[in-house]
Amino acid sequence: MSSATFTDSPIESRGTLPSRGRVGMLSLIAAESAIFTIFVVAYLFYIGKSLSGPTPSDVLTIPVFGTLCLLSSSLTIHLAVRTLRNAKILSFGFWWFLTLMLGTIFLIGTGREWHRMIFDEGLTVSTNLFGTTYYSLVGLHAFHVTVGLIVIAIVMTLTVLGKVGSKYSERLEVFSLYWHFVDVVWVVVFTVVYVIGR
Amino acid sequence: MASDSIAINPADVATRSVSERLHDWVVTVDHKKLGIMYIVYALIFLVIGGIEATVMRIQLMRPHNDFVSPQVFNRMFTMHGTTMIFFVVIPVMFGFANYLVPLMIGARDMAFPRLNAFSFWLTAFGGLLLYFSFVGGSGLYGAGNAPDMGWWAYAPLTARAFSPGHSADYWTLALLVSGFGSVGTAINIIATVICMRCPGMTLSRMPLFAWLNLVMAFMVILAICPLTAAQVMLCVDRYLGGHFFDTQAGGSAVLWMHFFWIFGHPEVYVLVIPAFAFLSEIIPVFSRKPIFGYPVMVAATVCIGFVSLSVWAHHMFTVGMNSYANSFFAITTFAVGVPTGIKIFNWLGTMWGGRIQFKVPMLFCIGFLFQFLIAGLTGIMLGTAPFNWQLSGSYFVVAHFHYVIVGGILFALFGAFYYWYPKITGRMFNETLGKLHFWLFVIGFHLTFDLMHIPGLLGMPRRIYTYEPGRGWDTLNFLVTIGAFVQGVAILVFVANLIISCFQGAQAGNDPWDAWTLEWSTSSPPPAYNFAQIPVVESRRPLWDIKHPEDPDWKYE
Repeated sequence: MSSATFTDSPIESRGTLPSRGRVGMLSLIAAESAIFTIFVVAYLFYIGKSLSGPTPSDVLTIPVFGTLCLLSSSLTIHLAVRTLRNAKILSFGFWWFLTLMLGTIFLIGTGREWHRMIFDEGLTVSTNLFGTTYYSLVGLHAFHVTVGLIVIAIVMTLTVLGKVGSKYSERLEVFSLYWHFVDVVWVVVFTVVYVIGR
Repeated sequence: MASDSIAINPADVATRSVSERLHDWVVTVDHKKLGIMYIVYALIFLVIGGIEATVMRIQLMRPHNDFVSPQVFNRMFTMHGTTMIFFVVIPVMFGFANYLVPLMIGARDMAFPRLNAFSFWLTAFGGLLLYFSFVGGSGLYGAGNAPDMGWWAYAPLTARAFSPGHSADYWTLALLVSGFGSVGTAINIIATVICMRCPGMTLSRMPLFAWLNLVMAFMVILAICPLTAAQVMLCVDRYLGGHFFDTQAGGSAVLWMHFFWIFGHPEVYVLVIPAFAFLSEIIPVFSRKPIFGYPVMVAATVCIGFVSLSVWAHHMFTVGMNSYANSFFAITTFAVGVPTGIKIFNWLGTMWGGRIQFKVPMLFCIGFLFQFLIAGLTGIMLGTAPFNWQLSGSYFVVAHFHYVIVGGILFALFGAFYYWYPKITGRMFNETLGKLHFWLFVIGFHLTFDLMHIPGLLGMPRRIYTYEPGRGWDTLNFLVTIGAFVQGVAILVFVANLIISCFQGAQAGNDPWDAWTLEWSTSSPPPAYNFAQIPVVESRRPLWDIKHPEDPDWKYE
């Protein structure tokens, strides 16, 4: 009784099971969503509760250009992954570089906005509740963009060195899920900060 | 058979130096070694957290006692709560999940072995960071020591004015770091269960242990992440001068409570669902019957997972929410009792008519059934908003949740320790010492936590460091402390049993309990690759099918 063993059996393919990279990334996205939800709730809860200025309508301008860049980077990364799957390394490099640039432009836009608000408008994290929630929420998103850009830059470098081939397309596809998520979060943050909260 | 050919040759082990073997453990990505490290780590912190509890009980043994100062008492209950939740129960549950899930689903490792090791070390260093506060908590300001604001750290106690120095920061950072580790392991468990199952292991054939740990992992993600977000906000407040929880600048202390309990209540289910998982494996084996109502068990667990996400504010009835919120959270709290009750009936249904073997793991599971039922009933009492107004913040609440965590979760854990000990070490534990542990612990547990309800009903608030004589609390508190010591002795018996049996226990063989899940088909302890051949399963009890080819389960499923 104590020695039950399995008889020889061929190892069947695992074709029906989902890829662990995809499941892992989707779980991570669920976790990140929970974090962002709490920050968004805090932002919404504190709208209009600041005891002193400046208020959102005083200082916020809608970052149209940066938003367009970030949202289009979702398209370019999708095209990049698709061309990589078809082993078109050159056009992959093009789309990937475009993604890197679009993300960087967005980040520079956020940096300029922050610079203006801190030095011209005098709004910092400690000024009032608006400052606290604004820099936390937008900063949390910008942090995620930065992490994504670091990964994109590493892959870009490897592409230039000729080390990226179509066999890595699944991994980059998994990463592109993250990048799409960062974009979707920006839609939420944009709505909350620049539309509802202004 | 397989056990002979795979067993580690003692001569091989002896030729390796201690530092080499230690190095193996530090750099390992093997889910079994990481599982054992999680469990041992949690046991160490269990002893530390137990010592802190003992210090509190000695202080409260008689009125006007001065065993420790009020400041030290505050640190003790803060560290006791934080340690037991974050650095004992979560790691030990992750340890068992790590060790058993891949074995049960016929996989050779977790989905992401390196992430697994990374998560463990994050949790490990998180615990060290928390305890470093005893040394480094005073920081540059020369104020403070270990954190002393209670394990839920309500604002404004965490504000700079009330927590000078770095004690609150060590608490925050320790929880942040270990939280990242927990989320990493949760992602790993999800990916493992979904993607790494062996051929034939469909979701409806998966052992309930794997199912329940899958639900637990989802809940970790949805519970720990809000806490992580709230801790980041707290860091912003403390270091960047933010105002999230600063009522002087329009911030809200109640928002912290919401954020904390959005984590805090699902967390209870994060801890108890793995305990359910242990029971769902142990009770069938020692009742010699398959689990009763497998699909209902899965459905009830998923249901608990959903409903428990919307009960958090029953911790906040006394804060002064409006009557709609009070009603909503009271109703959801009652609702979560329904699937939990279904599970209890299913375990009873499994035992009903079975040939029950009262081995040590089964004894602990039966203890769980009784005590968890009572804990659930006092939970329903506390979920009733008006009753809660009377008793919130009293020792009745302390008695209630210790009934859940000690009487429920810890009993299930002891059962799991005894049940899988032969698999993990390859040796049987000492049955007599095990029974001694059980009976001592039952007596100590009931002496402590049954009686603790009464001073609560009589009005004794929690977290007080001493009390006036003559309020009718004196004798009860004395007996409660005696019970704590009896439990301490029981834990010593348990640890002694673990250590002695590891060297002197009888060889266990592959399958000492005549069980049915895949982990018992490989050798004890399992080889690094788990299965020489990836198994193929055709029913929920693959080993039953092999042992009883004339009457396999798959004919009926």
